Amino acid sequence: MNEYSLTNLRELEAEAIHIIREVAAEFENPVMLYSIGKDSSVMVRLAEKAFYPGKVPFPLMHIDSKWKFKEMIEFRDNYAKENNWDLIVHYNQEGFESGVGPFTHGSKVHTDIMKTQALLQGLNKYKFDAAFGGARRDEEKSRAKERIFSFRDRYHQWDPKNQRPELWNIYNAKVHKGESIRVFPISNWTELDIWQYIRLENIPIVPLYYAKERPIVEMDGSLIMVDDERMPQELRDKAKMRKVRFRTLGCYPLTGAIDSDADTIEKIVEEMMTVTVSERTTRVIDFDQEASMEQKKREGYF
Amino acid sequence: MTTDKLNIQEFLDQDQKKDLLRLLTAGSVDDGKSTLIGRLMFDSKMLYEDQLAALERDSKRVGHAGEDIDYALLLDGLKAEREQGITIDVAYRYFSTAKRKFIIADTPGHEQYTRNMITGGSTANLAIILIDARHGVITQTRRHTYLANLLGIKHVVVAINKMDLVDFSQKRFEEIKNEYAAFVTQLDVPDVNFIPLSALKGDNVVETSDKMPWYHGPSLLEFLENVHVSSDRNFDDLRYPVQYVLRPDTKFRGFSTSVASGIIKKGDEVMVLPSLKKSKVKSIITYDGELDYAFPPQSVTVTLEHEIDISRGDMLVHPDNLPRVERQFEAMLVWMDEKDMNLSTQFYIKHANNTTKARIDDIRYKVDVNTLEKSNIEKFKLNEIGRVVITTTKPLFFDPYKKNKQTGSFILIDPVTHNTCAVGMIIDKLSSKNLPSRITDTDKERIAAGKSLIKSDERQQKLNQKGETIWITGLHGSGKNELAFSLERKLFDEGASAVLIDGSSLRSGLSRELDYSPADRAEHLRRVAHICKMLNDQGVITICSFISRNESLREQVAEVIGKDRFHLFYMDASLEFCKENKPELYVKAENGEVENLPGVDLEYEVPQNAKLVFKPEENENNLDAILDYLANNKVFPIH
Repeated sequence: MNEYSLTNLRELEAEAIHIIREVAAEFENPVMLYSIGKDSSVMVRLAEKAFYPGKVPFPLMHIDSKWKFKEMIEFRDNYAKENNWDLIVHYNQEGFESGVGPFTHGSKVHTDIMKTQALLQGLNKYKFDAAFGGARRDEEKSRAKERIFSFRDRYHQWDPKNQRPELWNIYNAKVHKGESIRVFPISNWTELDIWQYIRLENIPIVPLYYAKERPIVEMDGSLIMVDDERMPQELRDKAKMRKVRFRTLGCYPLTGAIDSDADTIEKIVEEMMTVTVSERTTRVIDFDQEASMEQKKREGYF
Repeated sequence: MTTDKLNIQEFLDQDQKKDLLRLLTAGSVDDGKSTLIGRLMFDSKMLYEDQLAALERDSKRVGHAGEDIDYALLLDGLKAEREQGITIDVAYRYFSTAKRKFIIADTPGHEQYTRNMITGGSTANLAIILIDARHGVITQTRRHTYLANLLGIKHVVVAINKMDLVDFSQKRFEEIKNEYAAFVTQLDVPDVNFIPLSALKGDNVVETSDKMPWYHGPSLLEFLENVHVSSDRNFDDLRYPVQYVLRPDTKFRGFSTSVASGIIKKGDEVMVLPSLKKSKVKSIITYDGELDYAFPPQSVTVTLEHEIDISRGDMLVHPDNLPRVERQFEAMLVWMDEKDMNLSTQFYIKHANNTTKARIDDIRYKVDVNTLEKSNIEKFKLNEIGRVVITTTKPLFFDPYKKNKQTGSFILIDPVTHNTCAVGMIIDKLSSKNLPSRITDTDKERIAAGKSLIKSDERQQKLNQKGETIWITGLHGSGKNELAFSLERKLFDEGASAVLIDGSSLRSGLSRELDYSPADRAEHLRRVAHICKMLNDQGVITICSFISRNESLREQVAEVIGKDRFHLFYMDASLEFCKENKPELYVKAENGEVENLPGVDLEYEVPQNAKLVFKPEENENNLDAILDYLANNKVFPIH
């Protein structure tokens, strides 16, 4: 490597910063969707880098399904406060008041009402014309084809057959009123890149990613943590302490843990390279039907 | 990817030093393209067990590989496409080895998917061209090579696949190699390599095969791991297209972007385009500390020694190394839209962080992507490629694409649908200046109607002003002429195109048969009004100072010029002032030697609707008041 070449991570970083700045320059009212997960944490750091020494010129929005792990919410609030972010938290009030939740309504209804619908409400309420998401193309098959600037019609729908061509680093940011663009600045990152970057940059992440003794119930083969008393009593009674960690974070009843001793990033990567199950299988919603992510994305989910 | 030999700490330290190779594969299911990529990912252990299980399940259900695992299924993402058995769009794949990380832009091979291949190939360092050893060089091979070359991909690997089906024959390999080499000399691909392999069986994909002892080169993966691409970027010509102006507070002004090409160093003298102002690089700022220099594709923020007005789309360059700064250029254009090209459309053009309007003036020719033959054509349809002449509203700062991908590439956006309808690569040749502009159907209609082909908003954009009339009324000797003449001077100095219509010159020429009777005064003003109208139509500002003594005359003038572009000002001087100022005529009038002098023997009606009223003794203030008025009403300047 000569003195004018970048490593993979630095090249990905430069690309992401370029994308983030482009959105700030081209759109009137962008927002960064913040899921509190590790990918979001990386994206948020990249935004801080893009506008340093200035403040990031757009807010963070967290779509709270009201079933996230408590540690996530705590982490979110601390991070936003310490790093001086404008944080918007939106939840589906109607769904919340009618008591929608995964235990009572099943994962499909819960996800639709408290995640997809809540997201669309949030985007409509603030009239955002661009929304950053932390999705990666290596996560899942339908994502592999999605553009970095992904056009959504006024109903927030994605049309996989009719995507705008996207060449070089020239992004088409033209939208009519009501239409919007979802932007994925870390499209080209892999799971390993994310961990490497977190390690390199000392990016804080929710402690749930690290192995620890936690109260766990086995449900249909998934290891579900008891995070509050909304889990039915008969399930809670079966809880046993197990040393586990989470590879992805979401609603606690829908997020399976894995048995693990990995309590440092190094150990997590080591485990990742030897563990032979891909990341999304710990997300319960993927099992609903084949190509279910594509379906959800067509409906407006990220 | 194994971790057992290194401890994890060492592995991570080594892994984070990896570089990145972006590659393009094009081909159809029949070529074994997806099988090849699946094999690369499989053999470099990038598949997880659950993905493998799903793969085996799918292979049996919809696979095309008989009893074998169909690696192709791993790659075909979307549901409908899986059922049709083809990859339609561009899909991005990731895998890495101990040496490198790879991003594969995986694109379909058929001609109807040319735009997808163009999309996938735009960022690629290298292209893999797949040839079925049984069929040799076919139309598709030529097309893919041409497109890779068009995109400026410097490294091509010709993967001669399915060698197992031709008994791993060296003779067959050499035949294909010679055939391809003969064809590729027509193009200028700097680096072409041939590898015989079998994707299905795994020969020469990851490991070198013992079935082809006559082949002494590397396996495909070995080649990909070692090909040298970091010097492919342009490090010579500094192009720093400002993407974002960072102003966190009043003290700090930074200019952020990803360096497009060249090296920017602290202390460098730089010139700003288009203002041509010069300054020095004060600092290069990143979140991780200041840098002494930055190179492509780093994303940084630069501050300058001097306070210069710089906005998004402006470009910092070295003063001794300038890009071309022009409104017209020639380019290879790929039409990407389902809707046919329409030559009368004014597109948005996005180029180097700049967005402006553009028109396609002329199509030089269309290239047949299969035969490379050129032909004449009226307009492009989806997937068609050819050479065009483009004119933009604002000048662009560009280099030929061959020399600089970043400043030589652009996209055209449809003004109605906002779709990216075409993409282009600028050619290294000056556009001939005397090229006849192409006449479109709408143009023909305008010509028939006697309307200029230049629309008034185009003129306004170019001149940064609206062609309107400033009309100063007032008594003879009121000082309106002094104001009008100094206004013309002032506007000229400020960069406006303004013309003073002088009454006495007209009376010695155009109106020389007219006298000062009320009827002839009216006819004179009618002529003046028509001159103003013509000039205003051309975008020019006209300044008129005429007594125009009553409301009805002034109304008629406004009627001809257009009420919304007629700005009436009144020079309010007392008769005493006028007499003192220009005694000659007043003395004659009072002695009866001259008739029809307003204020003496003709009534002068003070205008009730004047936009501004002046006093003659305040000439300087009056000028400022007019300039403010013009700016506030966006007559000049517009921006």
